[in-house]
Amino acid sequence: MNQSNTSAVDYNMSVVRQFTVMTVIWGFVGTLVGVLIAAQLIWPALNFDTPWLTYSRLRPLHTNAVIFAFGTSALFATSYYVVQRTCKTALFSPGLASFTFWGWQAIIVAAAITLPLGYTTSKEYAELEWPIDIAIAVVWVSYAIVFFGTIIKRTSSHIYVANWFFGGFIITVAVLHIGNSMAIPVSMMKSYSLYSGAIDAMMQWWYGHNAVGFLLTAGFLGMMYYFVPKQAERPVYSYRLSIVHFWALVSLYIWAGPHHLHYTALPDWAQSLGMVMSVVLFLPSWGGMINGIMTLSGAWHKLRSDPILRFLIVSLSFYGMSTFEGPMMAIKSVNALSHYTDWTIGHVHSGALGWVAMVSIGAMYHLIPILFNQERMYSIRLINIHFWMHTAGIILYIVAMWISGVMQGLMWRAVNADGTLTYSFVESLTASYPFYFMRFLGGVLVVAGFVIMAYNMFKTIGAQDGSLKKVEAA
Amino acid sequence: MDYGTLRGLIALLILTLFIIIVVWAYSRKRNNSFDKAANSIFEEDRKEETNKQETNNNV
Repeated sequence: MNQSNTSAVDYNMSVVRQFTVMTVIWGFVGTLVGVLIAAQLIWPALNFDTPWLTYSRLRPLHTNAVIFAFGTSALFATSYYVVQRTCKTALFSPGLASFTFWGWQAIIVAAAITLPLGYTTSKEYAELEWPIDIAIAVVWVSYAIVFFGTIIKRTSSHIYVANWFFGGFIITVAVLHIGNSMAIPVSMMKSYSLYSGAIDAMMQWWYGHNAVGFLLTAGFLGMMYYFVPKQAERPVYSYRLSIVHFWALVSLYIWAGPHHLHYTALPDWAQSLGMVMSVVLFLPSWGGMINGIMTLSGAWHKLRSDPILRFLIVSLSFYGMSTFEGPMMAIKSVNALSHYTDWTIGHVHSGALGWVAMVSIGAMYHLIPILFNQERMYSIRLINIHFWMHTAGIILYIVAMWISGVMQGLMWRAVNADGTLTYSFVESLTASYPFYFMRFLGGVLVVAGFVIMAYNMFKTIGAQDGSLKKVEAA
Repeated sequence: MDYGTLRGLIALLILTLFIIIVVWAYSRKRNNSFDKAANSIFEEDRKEETNKQETNNNV
């Protein structure tokens, strides 16, 4: 067990260590697949004429790898760590906790095999076929039992706010996954959704947007409420705001899904409702973002010397940016321009690479030395280099997608005086090539950053216990 | 009661609940306990430091 814990509690850190190491590895793998498919959009020959390597099969592999392998492993690691430290008790049922690790990794491997083979339900972010869906439900319920079991046996009286966000995320993802994955199996690897037509679409985006809202937002906000104050060494700016933030966020997010279905067969009133709720969502999002950033008030100088804190605070800036952009894009008239273009891809990546990945990377750099009995990472300089590579990569990526997306939107809607389309589709595609190359460069920077992170991590793990001493900031 | 009225009432109920949460969170009475909760994540570190200092004294 962890020797640096002088407190009486014998924490279960082995499962946290396992998930932490896998987070970094899956972060590298997931973004590498992303760069490969970004390259395929410029050089289509890169699918080598094999069906297993086609864009259509690798794209869901990329999204599943970054969301469910990288992001969710980070959530498992941090939630297991935070719930133990704040409840001052070891994890409930170490056996079940270990099962969630091995079960989750097995599901990731199953996804990495079945998606390239072409097995898919064709539901975005829920592509995995029914046997894997059942396995996900089993592991997820075990996760809930371990997490809430630990909360129940806590020895502190108060449940710290980070645990509220983690708990909300775990419950909602269980409901979303089980609700949306309801299907009738027709063979071992083929099933048909229980829902049909516009209802199927609505279920899918109720699931899809709340996967963003609860997995990629609430879960990572739980991470933020623990690791930002810890790394800044000051309590959160306003604890009362964090409570209002939690209840406002969880009660509003659930309504925003229909903005993915503007101008479709979904009834108009449902589209308008989704639009209004998405715009209102701006308020709790920015409330939380301000609460996180203001935690640093009076200690801004720490950003100059601490690249880990920089990862965490810049992640909140990207969170603020994408939660402003999101409500704008949910407005029907803006959506008429942005939908189906690269603008959406840019928006997603400013949230995914900016918010989700940066807050996770910051939390991992904070955690790795603690978990492996060191006072700091092997190299602070490499963390700093990683920070600048990752930031530059995101900026290249989202600027390219903004330009390409707005250009596509304008070209697709342009009409001549006689009502015919000004541009053919392929003309807009040709116009996007330079921006696809720019995006590819951004992606290469992000992947290279993960390589540096993995090197830094293994050097920290391999170093003799306690040999890496804290350096005082100049 | 028709479906529309019911939904309107539920919306009002949720709005009231939200206002109660805000008033509860911002009431002066809870100031102290929230400050303690916000600082609770640093308790173990402080304990560790005191432990270390005590060990040093013994040496």
